[in-house]
Amino acid sequence: MSNLYDLGALEAHRGINQGDFTAEEYVWSIIERIERVEGKVHAFITLNKENALNDAREIDKKIRTKEDAGSLAGVTVGIKDNISTHGLKTTCASKMLENYVPPYDATVVERLKNHGAIVIGKLNLDEFGMGSTTEYSRYGPTHNPWNLDYVPGGSSGGSGAAVSSRECAISLGSDTGGSVRCPASFCSVVGLKPTYGSVSRFGLISYANSLEQIGPICRTVEDVVTVMNAISGHDPNDNTCFLLRSNVPYLHIKKDTAPSSIAIVKELIDGCDPAVSRTIYSALDKFKEFGWESTEISLKSVNYALPSYYTIAMAEASSNLARYDNIRYGFSLPVEGFEWNTYISNVRSNFGEEVKRRILIGSYVLSSGYYSKYYLKARQLRSLLRQELLSNFGKYDLLVGPTMPVLPFRIGEKIDDPLKMYLMDVDTVLANLAGIPAISIPAGHSNGLPIGLQLMAGPFQEQKLIDAASLLENAIDIARSPEI
Amino acid sequence: MGNILIGLEIHCQLTSLKSKLFCFCHEDYRSFKPNSNICPICCGFPGTLPLLNQKAVEHAAMISNALGSKIPEKIMFYRKNYFYPDLPKNFQITQYNSYGLTSIGSAGSVCISDSKTIRIRRVQLEEDPGRLSYDSGNIHNSNHTLIDYNRSGVALVEIVTEPDFTEPKEVRYFLNKLSSILEHLGVCDTALEGAVRCDANVSLKGGERIEIKNVNSFREVEKALTYEISRQTSLSTRNIRINSETRHWDEQRKITRIARTKEEEQDYRYFPEPDIPLVMLGKDFYTHIEKLVPELPDERLSRFKSKYTLSDHVANILINSKKLADFFESCLKIYYSPVEIANWLVNDLLALIGGEETVILDKLKIEPKHMAELAKLVDEKKISRSNAKQIFTEVFRTGQTPSELLSSTDYSQINDENLIANAVDLVFSSEKSAVEDAKVNSGAINFLVGKVMKMTKGRADPKIVTQLINVKLAQLGNS
Repeated sequence: MSNLYDLGALEAHRGINQGDFTAEEYVWSIIERIERVEGKVHAFITLNKENALNDAREIDKKIRTKEDAGSLAGVTVGIKDNISTHGLKTTCASKMLENYVPPYDATVVERLKNHGAIVIGKLNLDEFGMGSTTEYSRYGPTHNPWNLDYVPGGSSGGSGAAVSSRECAISLGSDTGGSVRCPASFCSVVGLKPTYGSVSRFGLISYANSLEQIGPICRTVEDVVTVMNAISGHDPNDNTCFLLRSNVPYLHIKKDTAPSSIAIVKELIDGCDPAVSRTIYSALDKFKEFGWESTEISLKSVNYALPSYYTIAMAEASSNLARYDNIRYGFSLPVEGFEWNTYISNVRSNFGEEVKRRILIGSYVLSSGYYSKYYLKARQLRSLLRQELLSNFGKYDLLVGPTMPVLPFRIGEKIDDPLKMYLMDVDTVLANLAGIPAISIPAGHSNGLPIGLQLMAGPFQEQKLIDAASLLENAIDIARSPEI
Repeated sequence: MGNILIGLEIHCQLTSLKSKLFCFCHEDYRSFKPNSNICPICCGFPGTLPLLNQKAVEHAAMISNALGSKIPEKIMFYRKNYFYPDLPKNFQITQYNSYGLTSIGSAGSVCISDSKTIRIRRVQLEEDPGRLSYDSGNIHNSNHTLIDYNRSGVALVEIVTEPDFTEPKEVRYFLNKLSSILEHLGVCDTALEGAVRCDANVSLKGGERIEIKNVNSFREVEKALTYEISRQTSLSTRNIRINSETRHWDEQRKITRIARTKEEEQDYRYFPEPDIPLVMLGKDFYTHIEKLVPELPDERLSRFKSKYTLSDHVANILINSKKLADFFESCLKIYYSPVEIANWLVNDLLALIGGEETVILDKLKIEPKHMAELAKLVDEKKISRSNAKQIFTEVFRTGQTPSELLSSTDYSQINDENLIANAVDLVFSSEKSAVEDAKVNSGAINFLVGKVMKMTKGRADPKIVTQLINVKLAQLGNS
């Protein structure tokens, strides 16, 4: 490694802490990297250059005076642009929030800052997190660093691409149905969706509240552990965040991991791209080499996962997005000459097509007469699925499969077929519906396109995911970052 | 009137809470300049989450308990989705029982007389929206609608009755009792502007249900209902069909006006609020709530009747206002003369403050110690009742104690028969024709008594006066 921007979170932190280089030098290196590649990748919506440099100088001052600068002191972090940052525009990649500057920090942002991390900018996403390719961004698509004509995955495409292209050391994404793991898989980096309720959602702009969690995207498992230890745990600002942490640090990298039992889910591997299944099976062989038991199982309720997921997600979205009426915040559209209803419909016509589609379907499944037919059914299926998954965690430590059933594809290739897009989420939505943790870890490449392996564990069993991901990371050397 | 069915939907704010239902802004929003009692949560800013105020659950449970309602083991919150400018999230967080009983109360009942009970369908906890105001006072001649979010997110309890009322008078009894219950619980100051609001639905036999909204005080409800019933009755006598619709009460013109028809009614797309987990209440909670609920109006009424030997009528008037009942019992602690004091309060005090305004009782100049002292003076016959009334009026006006007033003006009663006899003689010589009348018409005696009382500035003991006049009349008759 010859550049400071190549460094992972822990390496950068150590270097700054030991005085090998200053935080300011490191941040300059990141800024130069962004200036060099951002035109091609387009991972960011907003850059926070001046503030980041000021923050770096503050960190350097603390280091000089031997003050505790925190476990992530100086580390550059990119934040998905649906996570609130005090004083820094948070657009959700939507026209509706193009001028919105939050008056407060999300809990995760506050915690990262308290640990000394430096927010370098806000990252691109599908509008309000609705999509799997980042093509539905108001600000244009993000490009996959591994092949700039290809999608980086989504909805946290900016978060995946920025980390893979070394425009920041680590990033935060949000995962409603796979939005952290999909771009992690497509960009050959590590992405974790934590157990529902272990990371505060305060400040995360809601898409589907009962499904989503904020999670880290990093180039190494070790960095994922560091970020998780900084952001997870009870928050009085979120009634659904109930992880009381008695052990600090919550997660750690073990030197030796005892073999676990893993089960490969038949329904998830059947029907996926052959290049993907080949890679997954060869990764599984690595686990066997370490004495791990592997079994193939069938999960019947997987067949209901997508309809259940999309019904619930769209229902919640239709209500969450009702608040965007441009009265208290939003974009410039004077009220003069409008009557209330006309103004509101005028304003709300500025949502993107995919968002409109989800609001419409969501409103439909909640309307009287259809609630029991769709929404209630979806919730029943969800609890069946959860039960089936949980019962398997009594028998196996981990469930495994591909993160995405397909390889990354060309920008524009599937944009006209929303149904095909929805079907790609089949592997990832399970963890959101069941509220369990899941991680995507690079498993190989096919024709230069990344393939991720997904591991799922029981609730609050993130350590098991870390153990397995760490083992695989050491066993197979998969590049995390391409030359651009 | 036998074919009328009326149901109520009452909203009361939990005014004794410190903070709003889902954030830390003040529950008491009234003293703030517009939009200064707000935060990202109650303004529905992106990324904010509702944080349930546990005390609000407790207060709502107290109301539920006091209305004889069942409190479930777990409560849930729902979203009621609709677009309205006063609603920052464009949905309201409320409770909903159509998919299982999960609101803080259901299936309660309230007696409004010996023979009449009103069933309570549900009690639910929800958030108040913001307030709209208009730059020139009303919606029709204003260019802009202004929104004040100070009230947005204030904790509100909605009480829904079954359509068990058959006449507006019963509604008044019920609302009086409900106010008193709320006051006794100490969870809602019903005197505060907008703290209690009431919607009503009315249907005549064979007609459809009409909802009356926008009634902003309990006192107006009876008027709105009376108007609406006569409107519907006159329509139905002319065979005009009554369609289901929502009407607004126009407080200035005292009429109801159509707001929207059934066809325009909204689909609220209720679904469980994902940001608030199920609230498990548990056994400890019920015992805790039972301990928190104080003596309620019904128990207090029977105690007033049995312990203080008050009549049903007098006891009811006292109980209808917790402040009046408390005032009464404070007097008794100083001087124990329940019937005397109760009569003073119910007849004289209420007449002076104008009946319904008992809520302002704590702002009065007259205090329990004054009332107790006055009752004592009357009981000990140190002053006559008519002088006592004068003193009472003076105390009410000035806040001076009765003894101060007594020493500054001579109100002490004249019991000396000789002195009174002199006055009687003087009246008999000046009112000759009245005396002649009184000989044949005993009703005219009162006139003579009045003259004697006037001459003695009300200080003569009226019993002695009457007695002496009768004696003198008898003497005249015999002579």
